[in-house]
Amino acid sequence: MRTSLFVTLVAAVAAALFALAVASGSDYLLFAGYTVLQFVVLATAWNILGGYTGYVNFGSAAFFAVGAYTSVFFHKAYPLPIPVLVMIAAVVAGLLGLGMGYLTLRLRGAFFSIATLALAVVLQTVVVNWHFLGGSRGAYIIRPALAPIPGLTYIQYLVLVMLVLAAGALIAARTIERSKLGTGLAAIRDDEVAAESVGVPTLRLKLIATTLSGALMGMAGAPFPYYIGYIEPHSAFGLPYAVNAIAMPMIGGTTHWAGPLIGAVLLGSLQQIATVTISSAVNLLIVGLLLVGFVIVAPNGIVGLWQSLFGRDGQGWRRFSRSTRSASGSADSSRSTRSA
Amino acid sequence: MPSLDLVLNALTAGLLLGGFYAAVTAGISISFGILDIVNIAHPAFVILGSYAAYTLNTAFGLDPILAGVLVLPAFYALGALVYQVYYASFERRGEDSLRGLAFFFGLLFIAEVGLILGFGVDYRTVDAAYGEGSIDLGPVQLPLRMLVPFLVSLAMLAALQLLLSRTFLGRAVMAVAQDPLALKLLAIDPVRVRRIAFAVSVATCAMAGAFLIVIQPIEPSIGREYIGRVFAICVLGGLGSLPGTLAAAVLLGVVESFTSTFYGPSWAPAIAFGLLLITLAVRPAGLFGR
Repeated sequence: MRTSLFVTLVAAVAAALFALAVASGSDYLLFAGYTVLQFVVLATAWNILGGYTGYVNFGSAAFFAVGAYTSVFFHKAYPLPIPVLVMIAAVVAGLLGLGMGYLTLRLRGAFFSIATLALAVVLQTVVVNWHFLGGSRGAYIIRPALAPIPGLTYIQYLVLVMLVLAAGALIAARTIERSKLGTGLAAIRDDEVAAESVGVPTLRLKLIATTLSGALMGMAGAPFPYYIGYIEPHSAFGLPYAVNAIAMPMIGGTTHWAGPLIGAVLLGSLQQIATVTISSAVNLLIVGLLLVGFVIVAPNGIVGLWQSLFGRDGQGWRRFSRSTRSASGSADSSRSTRSA
Repeated sequence: MPSLDLVLNALTAGLLLGGFYAAVTAGISISFGILDIVNIAHPAFVILGSYAAYTLNTAFGLDPILAGVLVLPAFYALGALVYQVYYASFERRGEDSLRGLAFFFGLLFIAEVGLILGFGVDYRTVDAAYGEGSIDLGPVQLPLRMLVPFLVSLAMLAALQLLLSRTFLGRAVMAVAQDPLALKLLAIDPVRVRRIAFAVSVATCAMAGAFLIVIQPIEPSIGREYIGRVFAICVLGGLGSLPGTLAAAVLLGVVESFTSTFYGPSWAPAIAFGLLLITLAVRPAGLFGR
């Protein structure tokens, strides 16, 4: 599929979804939809580093919360429109990702992962002790009565912002996947030493991926205080964001841009349903169990299952002829990275 | 200028805290340091140990540390089971990095949410004979609820160190970290050795959990604060050396104790993580690294 066609298609789907949501007139649908879209952005952002490059970020909540608290800061200091806040949050969270990556990405992958966990706690401690941001008591954000776009309610406006972000994240992910950058990242994931030895600038590519991934997560967090109305560090830095950001791409499939989308829509909707019908603790348990179950049973997620059943990589003479040509796993996964 | 008494008390409190941190980290030093298995669910297993001690304490009035000893076999079995799943699903397929991490992260989350569902989010405490009171050495106070876990923890570390350095099994564990193939040539099953070592590392959580609930009231999500601490100590201690672990744990304990005393306890959690970040950036081999 050509990129221009893909962009048009994503925009059309987003517009149709928004029209449907507005037409339904249900506020609940808008609130639930916002959460699912937010997870689409988070999962796609996580996947740029986790899925494409193979570095696990456990600190998604930290980047998300940095975005959210950037908004809180400006709400108190100098109120700005949400799109501007999103841009500022992207810069702040992106720089955070860059710094974090610079400190730890030269080491083995496990150290990076542990450091991201550490980052979440350090930042949470900073926010708890920062009284201007509300400290551990939290901060109230009074939503403006009117949306900046005439004819829309405020929640409709927020959903529109998140829809644009989700569409942008998907287009960015797909572009990266098919670019030279994406190929380089896949090479790092498959064999970093081999990639380094053939001249792939691994550290630079990893830093780019970490920065982009962090910036997108920050963007997802920026409108959050306006959505939720009250934000406190314990929940903003909470484990559920980090777990969801990992579980969704893992369940959907990590090597393809559609994986995080599928995972986020499925898992996000499931959680909305489970929160209403059962309880929020049980729905988190379901996420944990699904994550563990999928990584054990279906390591390539739903996209991987689909490809092995119906896809081009699946059955028939193609698979036979290909498997005789490329026996190594790395050739396999770099190909699945490129297939749309 | 702070008074000498205050400094001395902060120093002893840090020392005692460090002994306890060493007990929490000993398991990670084995699983992450020696076996190279990034078990980030370790602190969640520690909290599981705390709740096991809590349950036995409230149901039968057992001493919490004795309860920790009693559940050791159960934790050993849990560890063996987790390793078997990890080995079959990830290690054998060579997919241990990305998916293995996600696996342990999922376990951590399941343990935490499971405990919330089972026990709620209230803080729990135990009754122990040494729950109150202290030994006074001049101006320095040694609270029994810190001193007893500290001493038992030292005993546990000594036992682990003897196990690793003096027994055949211990030497096999050290050898499997270096060259699994050589072990195979000696007709020793490296998978079995790794399973036993991992199970021992999870078994230490039963004891560490019992110490934790003696020292402070606990709730299910408290384990997260320990993730940074244990990995900071493990890395600082030079990955896999138990004496190094003890030294690093005491160092962290003292630094945290001074921070709590002079800047307020709300900053204490950031110390470990800050230390970890600095260590990773400046000297990833640890203070006592090879």
